[in-house]
Amino acid sequence: MTSLTSSSEKKSEKANIRYFFPKDPDKGGAKFSFIRRKKDVIEEVPVDERKLKKWRSGEASRGYARTKFHSQKIRAREKVFETVAEKAARAELLCAEEEGALEGEKTYQITQNDIRSTADEATQQKIFDLRLDQFGPYRLDYTRNGRHLVIGGAKGHVAAFDWQTKSLHCEINVMETVADVKWLHQETMFAVAQKKNVFIYDNQGIELHCLKHLDLALRLEFLPYHFLLVSASAKGYLSYLDVSMGKEVSGICTKQGRLDILTVNPQSAIVHLGHPNGTVSLWTPNMKEPAAKILCHASSLRDVAVDFSGNYMATTGMDRRLKIFDLRTYKELSRFQYNKRQCPGTLDFSQKGILAVSRDNVVELYQDMTNQAYRPERPYLYHRCDKLVQDVMFCPYEDVLGIGHGWGFSSIVVPGAGEANFDALEANPFQSKSQRKQTEVRMLLDKVQPEMITLGSGIGEVDLKTAEELQEERNKTKFLKPSKIDFTPRHKMKGGSKAGKIEQRKKGVQEQHLRSAVRDIVRTKQVEGRLNQRNKSRPGLTDGSSSLQRLKKKSA
Amino acid sequence: MATVSKKKKFSLKVLSRNPEEYRRETKLDIHKAPQNPDAYLHPFSLGREYQRALNATKLERVFAKPFLCGLDGHKDTIEALAKFPSRLAHVLSAASDGEVRLWDLSTKKCVSSVVAHDGLVHSLCAHRSGQFFLSTGQDANIKFWSCSEEGKIGAEPVRTILNKNVYQGIDHHEKEEIFVTCGQSLDVWAGDRSQPYQSYKWGLDSMHHVKFNRIETHLIAVAADDRSIMLYDTRGGSGVQKLVMKMKTNSLCWNPMQAYMFTAACDDFNLYSYDIRNLRIASNKYEDHIGAVMDIDYAPTGKEFVTAGYDRCVRIFNVAEGHSRDVYTTKRMQRVNHILWSMDNKYILSGSDEMNVRLWKAKASEKLGVMKPREKSAFNTMETLKKTFKDHPEIKRIARHRHLRETRLHHRNSRSGHRRMPRREKRATGGSTANQARYHLWRTGQNRSWTSKNSSRGLWGAGVGVVCVVC
Repeated sequence: MTSLTSSSEKKSEKANIRYFFPKDPDKGGAKFSFIRRKKDVIEEVPVDERKLKKWRSGEASRGYARTKFHSQKIRAREKVFETVAEKAARAELLCAEEEGALEGEKTYQITQNDIRSTADEATQQKIFDLRLDQFGPYRLDYTRNGRHLVIGGAKGHVAAFDWQTKSLHCEINVMETVADVKWLHQETMFAVAQKKNVFIYDNQGIELHCLKHLDLALRLEFLPYHFLLVSASAKGYLSYLDVSMGKEVSGICTKQGRLDILTVNPQSAIVHLGHPNGTVSLWTPNMKEPAAKILCHASSLRDVAVDFSGNYMATTGMDRRLKIFDLRTYKELSRFQYNKRQCPGTLDFSQKGILAVSRDNVVELYQDMTNQAYRPERPYLYHRCDKLVQDVMFCPYEDVLGIGHGWGFSSIVVPGAGEANFDALEANPFQSKSQRKQTEVRMLLDKVQPEMITLGSGIGEVDLKTAEELQEERNKTKFLKPSKIDFTPRHKMKGGSKAGKIEQRKKGVQEQHLRSAVRDIVRTKQVEGRLNQRNKSRPGLTDGSSSLQRLKKKSA
Repeated sequence: MATVSKKKKFSLKVLSRNPEEYRRETKLDIHKAPQNPDAYLHPFSLGREYQRALNATKLERVFAKPFLCGLDGHKDTIEALAKFPSRLAHVLSAASDGEVRLWDLSTKKCVSSVVAHDGLVHSLCAHRSGQFFLSTGQDANIKFWSCSEEGKIGAEPVRTILNKNVYQGIDHHEKEEIFVTCGQSLDVWAGDRSQPYQSYKWGLDSMHHVKFNRIETHLIAVAADDRSIMLYDTRGGSGVQKLVMKMKTNSLCWNPMQAYMFTAACDDFNLYSYDIRNLRIASNKYEDHIGAVMDIDYAPTGKEFVTAGYDRCVRIFNVAEGHSRDVYTTKRMQRVNHILWSMDNKYILSGSDEMNVRLWKAKASEKLGVMKPREKSAFNTMETLKKTFKDHPEIKRIARHRHLRETRLHHRNSRSGHRRMPRREKRATGGSTANQARYHLWRTGQNRSWTSKNSSRGLWGAGVGVVCVVC
């Protein structure tokens, strides 16, 4: 027995296991206690490489610069990016909500009635029709958090409501034609493009402003991060109005005729205008000319939509075609020819990339349209309305599509359309009043300046142009001669300003200057030479003539 | 929630959130804020960060109020300032009329004063215990003064050493009971002896500034009137190294964290940092003053230092950079002769010609006092943002801009234009052709093409003439 106990003791020592017996609290011992775990016990499970890849943004540099100091700096920075990617990949676990999906054969045969009969009660509530056959056709807009809806009938009927609880904020008749409605940054205000001017109403329906300089507006868009209300007018004017200050930031005469097709790239805030000559023009508030022009159709355009990644654009034209473009290369990805008497009309992309296309009184929904390899034979879903469809818009963070048509408004469920996990710091469907107020203040503080809307190089990009100029200047200094010095000695009394003396003093200064200039140039060259010598032995630096070579985009 | 239809054979899953999961349970809870780092949900994130950085930079300038108070009471020009290494609140100052005052910085009041010398006081230094301090004056005496916990200076000196020659500088050893004085010669004193136990002389001219190294405690750096800086070791019999500058060094200070580095404040408007292992070349050159630099003191972190200028301003430099990060002036402040950086790294004291000692914040926009954790983290975020975007032109411009009343104080901001130099400073060039050429170029901006580019780090510019090494 004794030998057994001793051996077991030894074993326990060897395994380095500490036994812990909680003391009786009545006898003065603590009830709970924590043993400090050994350091090597905690091991982080490595993150799956595929997951990491998703979160890595941009291309990793090779980590080399001309000097060791800068190489180390780049590497340190890259380490930070890697940590960010890893943390994001780990945090995926916290995004618990699952996306919607519809699986089965011939999904296009499934109607809203089928969905309603299978889905849960909350989803059933999301399928509804508003029969408003007097003031149509209707245009609509959801707020950024997808909670509130405003609809505007062409004959003057405007209504704003929380579409989930179906509680009405306001219902007014503006007694004028309504061309478009748009929420501003929050559900407290919306803009209505009426017959002559644009009006801003609050959610009680009280008229706050009449914007007379936005006249004959046909389409409105709002840029929430810039607080800019964009309006396109029947006379060809594109106006940017800063609603935080009430000042017109930019007014552009596009000289393109009636502007009734307007959409905004959500990632770059660039405005896309569609024109009757088949072109789409891209605008920023900083240029009086379009930043780019794309010839999309051989006929006039019907609608333009840009997806949420900001990389793809869909267009429809009178030539019965639906085309998808890649905005990074401005190239056509794919095209779809519709049958005779079927002309595709309005378009909208959902957050997850489902494309809604209306034609007459039908709305077709396509999945994976931006995927080049995939060409859908049939739509994903199909919905037939009572009247001609005027406007379609997906509700953010919901599997819902809103349709404005001649007889009112319909809300249908499109599984897989919305983002499942919202970010409460960007848009929160469940925000309270105090949260809404705080968000408003924060948004105003972080308002991005309109000058920063650019096509191409933005704030995070390498300023190649300036860098090249700098390099040029640096190259020049190598061959620089010492500058000439124009020195006039001061007048001195007591014979100090005799011609000879003046010349002597002038020469002294000039020679001194020359000597020190030459010395400096020689030393600079020596340092440069030493650096070059060292860089020769480094890989990845010898190929390009300029150190900027590594920043350039590689041609495919 | 997934459901299956039997009639048409499809499975359906629709996004359907339970509001209870997203709302807080009670009013005492904090609001729930789920997050999703997916990039497409955060458009313009960089643009918004930039805007935040811009706002933070602007706020920094709005709250930049560095001047705290003036400690007035002296009846003559300030001649010396000294801090206690072991006490935070107490600071000593001495004036030309021989008066020494002890200030309590927490109450901003003079605690006690004593007329220490006949004529002006040349230098002060505190014992590291904080119980007494030493002073030298025009009357050629070295005096020891007792100093109580509350800051009361004894009415009579504890000890007086009478000398023939005037000592211009004095400093006490960090650990041992040794102090060193400089004047006609460099003398090392120990214990109670009334004679120096060591006396060094190297060259003919007198010396005016002496500093013990705080880490390598036996090392001494001395600035002499013959434009030289000499290094001595109290354990050796003679000097170690000598460095001759082009112009006179007014003051110098050892880096408190790097034992081998010291920075010299020069008459040629610049400061030079030297590594004592290689005195042949300055490791950095600090430009921005447009008058002689009179005094320098390091922050206890060793990362920054503050300088006093003859051009009536106080400048703060980062050790790793070549130009100042901040400049402090007031309308009334005259030539600044002495400067101190407090031991808690928070305050700066300047002593100037017009009899005032001024108390400044070391970080102009820093909030003093206790901060709540959220406030603190907000400040940290702002600091990081500023750092990230510091090279963007607009942010750089705002961060660098200073409202300097007089054109003569503009230096960095007016680099592209003409640099004005007052006649007095012009005279300070001492008539040397080299300096005249430099100043001429400087004034006309002609040197921009090569000097500022190639030798802005140009440590060869005005640094070293001769280095003598004695082994």
